[in-house]
Amino acid sequence: MGTLSIGVFSSLIGSMSYDFALKLADAAADKGHKVNLWFSGNAAGSPLKGQKHLKDYSHGEKPLRAIMEKGVEVCTCEACSVARGVNKTNAIEGVQWNAMHWYLAKIYSSDRVLHIGGE
Amino acid sequence: MADVKLAFIIHTLPYRSENSKLGATHAMSYQTVEILLEDGQTITPALCYVGDAVLNCVKDQKAMELYGMTSTETHIKNCLLVDMDVMVCKEDMDKFGITEDRIVDADDMGADKKVQIVPYAEIKKVMESANHLLFF
Repeated sequence: MGTLSIGVFSSLIGSMSYDFALKLADAAADKGHKVNLWFSGNAAGSPLKGQKHLKDYSHGEKPLRAIMEKGVEVCTCEACSVARGVNKTNAIEGVQWNAMHWYLAKIYSSDRVLHIGGE
Repeated sequence: MADVKLAFIIHTLPYRSENSKLGATHAMSYQTVEILLEDGQTITPALCYVGDAVLNCVKDQKAMELYGMTSTETHIKNCLLVDMDVMVCKEDMDKFGITEDRIVDADDMGADKKVQIVPYAEIKKVMESANHLLFF
């Protein structure tokens, strides 16, 4: 089994890129791969807890919690998150907080890297 | 594998989105990644500006005065200061009429490195030799 690191830079709502990244991480974890998920840019607003699932919008909280339960490591860029009003007190539990070097370190030991850019 | 080469390919305009700045800051984080790696493990980044993104490399940007934020120019200068390879595509500069004297340098900060103005073929070589490509 391999190690996959996914960098996500798109917002939770506004495109389906974020939704795709989580589904891909979920599928890879189901196949037994080690998956790392990095949020930066607008994706760093997504670890906010208490999201309401309206059917007209993509929804991140529930699938994010589910993939973390499967062992997917999720980390958000602290600076990007706090700039968007997301901090450790209002964030989804289990999401790690770190700086951009976390992503680079995960890339170091990855077999594949998928970098899903922002808007 | 002791060294992992990463090519950060920037293709987006400055300020229109956050992307180009994130590319530079992610590349720069190689400076501190060693705290998360084992001894002997290194990352070598290369920062390449292509297409519309060559506009990121124009000097005398006024982002702090106009937007109250650090300019992309400052980020590029910091990359040069830490001896990163920074390249800009000559053909794409020509499309915008950007001459070499308008490209950012970090001479005032004492950097040894310069932005390398190179044909696209050189950037392609960087991409081919990289372990991973990161598009911003």
